[in-house]
Amino acid sequence: MATETHGGEAESAGMPQLDFSTFDNQIFWLVVTLVVIYFILSRIALPRIASVLSERQGTITNDIAAAEDLKQRAVAAEEAYDKALADARSEANKIVADAKAEIQSDLEKAMAEADAEIAAKSAESEKAIAEIRESAKDNAAEVARDIAKDIVAAIAPGSIDAKSVTAAVNAKMKG
Amino acid sequence: MAEPAEDGGLVFHPMDQFIVKPLFGGTEVGMFTITNSTLWMAITVLCIIGLLVLGTRRRQIIPTRMQSIGELAYGFIYKMVEDVTGKEGLKYFPYIMTLFMFIVCANFAGLLPTAFTPTSHIAVTGVLAMGVFLTVTVLGFVKNGAGFLGLFWVSSAPLALRPVLAIIEIISYFVRPVSHSIRLAGNMMAGHAVIKVFAGFAAITAIAPLSILAITAMYGLEILVSFIQAYVFTILTCVYLKDALHPHH
Repeated sequence: MATETHGGEAESAGMPQLDFSTFDNQIFWLVVTLVVIYFILSRIALPRIASVLSERQGTITNDIAAAEDLKQRAVAAEEAYDKALADARSEANKIVADAKAEIQSDLEKAMAEADAEIAAKSAESEKAIAEIRESAKDNAAEVARDIAKDIVAAIAPGSIDAKSVTAAVNAKMKG
Repeated sequence: MAEPAEDGGLVFHPMDQFIVKPLFGGTEVGMFTITNSTLWMAITVLCIIGLLVLGTRRRQIIPTRMQSIGELAYGFIYKMVEDVTGKEGLKYFPYIMTLFMFIVCANFAGLLPTAFTPTSHIAVTGVLAMGVFLTVTVLGFVKNGAGFLGLFWVSSAPLALRPVLAIIEIISYFVRPVSHSIRLAGNMMAGHAVIKVFAGFAAITAIAPLSILAITAMYGLEILVSFIQAYVFTILTCVYLKDALHPHH
């Protein structure tokens, strides 16, 4: 820079900013520059940026609306799911209750049948036992009479007849 | 730049970087001469085209980095115009965007080493500020007629004070383009000059590390200042525009 000082000797005394001989040049080129910038901005750059920004705003708005819509649908789907779940649960409860009642009634029926059968069987058995007891008593009496006769015959043969022995045994057995 | 002089001292030329000189030989700067200032204005235009036209050419919903920066700049200025001037100010958004993009790109391009900064010249910022001042004044009278003069008549003040306030308001109104332009040019010039002074000290070996550190710090500050000054210029333009559209306090 210092090598050019010979060219700027006139300015070296003061500020180059106050060298009025360059003002017309600077002003002319400044006006040219500003006009060029103004036309570039107002014709090309600013409309383009404005359209990009509004387009982006539109896209964002649409996306938000779409997201809102999807959210609504998700909520609706969740509600439907919850409802279906509740329905299924109550249905299941109903089926369980039905099954329980059915089993209960089956059980009661089976119990009643079994009770009746048991009663019948026990009555039959009692009868059989009674019969057995009866026959056993008879048999015992028979055996007792025979033994008594034999004993009498063996101790005092002919002294007492069979009829009185039998009567005596019967009397003893009753007592 | 600085160079060790014959007697061992240092010679500083911190203002040489601001000299407007013809790019293709000669020393005369005529009106239509292509100068270094012209070159950097053209580079500014190319930066704007690269950022806002080429960066957005694919019109992606999910932006690339370049498109994202372009959209950020658009949104930043659009919101500023809307917030400060209201809906009716949006008609002038391309004009304000032009000012902002030119200043911010020229400031940042001027930070490149050996670059020239058009916005460090009062001629450039003066035209920008006068453009805003004249536009806003004409617009104020076209939109509101004589009602625009209500801007200087502070109806909320006591009646006796109003003429005094009116004089102060009128003076401050006409000082606007001066402060508007000198603020930008002064900030850009001062920062670049200070960096150059530190660069001059770097020629002395003992001070060089400190000097380089100072240059780095100043450079960081200048990056901040470049953006802030563009922002300040733009928001003041919006405020002046608001005064023209709604002159009543």
